[in-house]
Amino acid sequence: MIQEGTAQSPVSPALTRSMLRTLGLVATLSGLLVVLSYRITLPIIEENKRLAIERALFKVIPGAISRQDFMITDRGIELAQSDLQGTALYAGYGQDGRLKGVALEAAAAGYQDVIRILYGYDPYCQCIRGIEVLKMAETPGIGDKIAKDPVFQENFTALEARANATGDGLERAIVLVKQGEKSEAWQIDAISGATISSKAIARMLNDSAQRYVPLIQNNLAVMEPAS
Amino acid sequence: MPGRPEQHEPVTLDTFLRGLWEENPVFVMLLGMCPVLAVTNSAINALAMGLASTFVLVASNSLVSLLRHYIPKQVRIATYIIIIATFVTMVDYAIQAISLDLYNALGAFIQLIVVNCMILGRAEAYASKQPLGATVVNGLGIGAGFTLALLSLGVVREVLGSGSLFGVSLFGENFQPWVVMILPPGGFFVLGTWLLIFAAFRLRKQRRTELGEVAQHER
Amino acid sequence: MSELRITTDLRSSPHLKQMVSVPQIMRNVVYALLPVCAWSVYAFGISVLLLLITTTLTCMLSEALFCRLSGKASSISDGSIAITGLLLALTLPPGFPLWMAAVAAFVAVGLGKALFGGLGYNVMNPALVGRAFVQAAFPVAITTWSPPFLPGRFSEVIPSTLTAPFMKPVPIGEWIEQRTVDGFSGATPLALQKFEQIITPWPDLLTGTIAGSAGETSALIILLGGIYLAVRRMLDWRLPVGVMLGAVIVSLPLWLLDASRYPDPLFVLLSGGLMLGAVFMATDMVASPVTPLGVWIYALFIGMLTVVIRLFGGLTEGVMYAILLGNAISPLISLVTQPKIFGEGRKP
Repeated sequence: MIQEGTAQSPVSPALTRSMLRTLGLVATLSGLLVVLSYRITLPIIEENKRLAIERALFKVIPGAISRQDFMITDRGIELAQSDLQGTALYAGYGQDGRLKGVALEAAAAGYQDVIRILYGYDPYCQCIRGIEVLKMAETPGIGDKIAKDPVFQENFTALEARANATGDGLERAIVLVKQGEKSEAWQIDAISGATISSKAIARMLNDSAQRYVPLIQNNLAVMEPAS
Repeated sequence: MPGRPEQHEPVTLDTFLRGLWEENPVFVMLLGMCPVLAVTNSAINALAMGLASTFVLVASNSLVSLLRHYIPKQVRIATYIIIIATFVTMVDYAIQAISLDLYNALGAFIQLIVVNCMILGRAEAYASKQPLGATVVNGLGIGAGFTLALLSLGVVREVLGSGSLFGVSLFGENFQPWVVMILPPGGFFVLGTWLLIFAAFRLRKQRRTELGEVAQHER
Repeated sequence: MSELRITTDLRSSPHLKQMVSVPQIMRNVVYALLPVCAWSVYAFGISVLLLLITTTLTCMLSEALFCRLSGKASSISDGSIAITGLLLALTLPPGFPLWMAAVAAFVAVGLGKALFGGLGYNVMNPALVGRAFVQAAFPVAITTWSPPFLPGRFSEVIPSTLTAPFMKPVPIGEWIEQRTVDGFSGATPLALQKFEQIITPWPDLLTGTIAGSAGETSALIILLGGIYLAVRRMLDWRLPVGVMLGAVIVSLPLWLLDASRYPDPLFVLLSGGLMLGAVFMATDMVASPVTPLGVWIYALFIGMLTVVIRLFGGLTEGVMYAILLGNAISPLISLVTQPKIFGEGRKP
């Protein structure tokens, strides 16, 4: 460009006009296309996201067929509204409209990166009914068994998480034991060879349950439909 | 800029085929390595990324070609980037609408198509000088070459790393997957091997033609 | 011979002062390695013998193949490739499937050596490159251990050894249970320390009555081999000493600080592959620095990094990655530790 001399010469008004015209035209066209495609895809994307959440939700709360979103705030548990700050809590309801369980997100550091899960809690049996891994970067073939291994998933069909009498935690903490040594309802059988990933799951479940289970038990009336 | 004579090349089969082999963006020009290494851990991811890039390449280069007489050269890069970013955003929405799983698997690499130098390079070197027809054909060829390269990595990595192809299990339950192949280092290993093979081919061809010339000379 | 010229060009490593040839050095390293191999076969049985044969043969065949492809004279006869094969086998678990061992050997020669230009040009220790590859590719198989001194180890192979190519290793848990009385857990001393805070007593570590990679279990025999090589001046004594010193420098203060959490330095030295790495791996002549000061920096770096990985990383053993990283920075170390040329003062 320099050898053509444009760099030295002052920009002529005609050139400025042509630059403005072109950039304006292209930007308008671009905005039009983006808005158009956003408009077309928005309902489909929303539907996809809803389906993804519900697929995970109905997996961790067996028997649930509909959902209602709540929020854990400083004041307790409230219906989710866009201006509320707090932790999301999904309630799942069964065929008869009764509360089947609630689902919460939990997270802890795994072997490579933070593992995020959704777990379902049944307030009537006071136990964890299922977990679904939402995000992880565990080693394929070893750590990622936490998501798929049927023997490991078996741990979470009825994992005890009972609120204690004083209402500030669990009666018995959720603990990890070596593979094949689970003998109590509040124990999790580790995956042999994937101790760190298993430990992360146990830790995040214990931390989250210690904090929220008493709260959920105290606020059941909010979520149970009046009948 | 108006008034400059353009040297149009005739649109032939070669306009398309060049992108597949001679000017293959991955194996020859080594452009756009970021998605090549990052999202080729399965054939389906590779195919989706290849098609998305091809769409952006063809669509944005067509627009560049149509507007080529009206874009002052002082702002051409900015204009190209806006055009490319527009189509990338559209592809981004489209993939979200088609499949959230695919969207999550491809991650940030869809948005990163914007900075794929293969696309900007084509706009600058080809679309800004050629009419629409030639640009579309050439873009399709380059896109096909890119998709082919991604697929050739994705297929090898998925077969070795998961024992399946397009999600279909190939070798049964007892196959031992080579975990490293679906991890990032596997991308480097497989790309390196492909480059090695292509380099060996080219070297051989070159040597053969040289030998042929020498033989002719001696005769 | 081009190898000979390279060795005499180097400056200050003591073992290179004499006019020893590559085959001569390699022969002596093999002598030092043979007792380690023999002990390993004695402790783990014919599975290890098969492993040793597989890796050595595959290494030789791959070397021949790559030499042919690159049009070079075959360098099998100098013995360096046999050492790569033997070392590789010694770093693998005793029941490692043979087909995976063959993959490791092929990668070791191809990626670790041939791609860089063959003997004398490898950036990293080829055997460890091969092991690192299978560690990343088959993380389960490479952490499946079997106990030493099983009855009948000379008449039957560990089931996983003969796994069909490309198939998952045959599970060996039950097979081991039938043969051991006290319920062997399959854990190495390092894993026991890391996950269960059980420290294996040092006499066991010294004599090798523990689980682990085929050649790493007996620290004593490895040390004897190292002393032999050092006395014959085939190995720079600074290297193994520096690696061990580096390990002690990190582990001693930690142990003094909190003996319940951190293992004692003796355990750190004798457990895992530290000895094997210090004596036979870190000492790879091509991939280690050439200046005396550089050798010290390199060796201390490896020793310290090993302990850091072991104690603070997710892995139980860190020797392999520590040495590979040491190899990677060794050209840089050589560069910054160049001695001043006599007569050249500081720049004014």
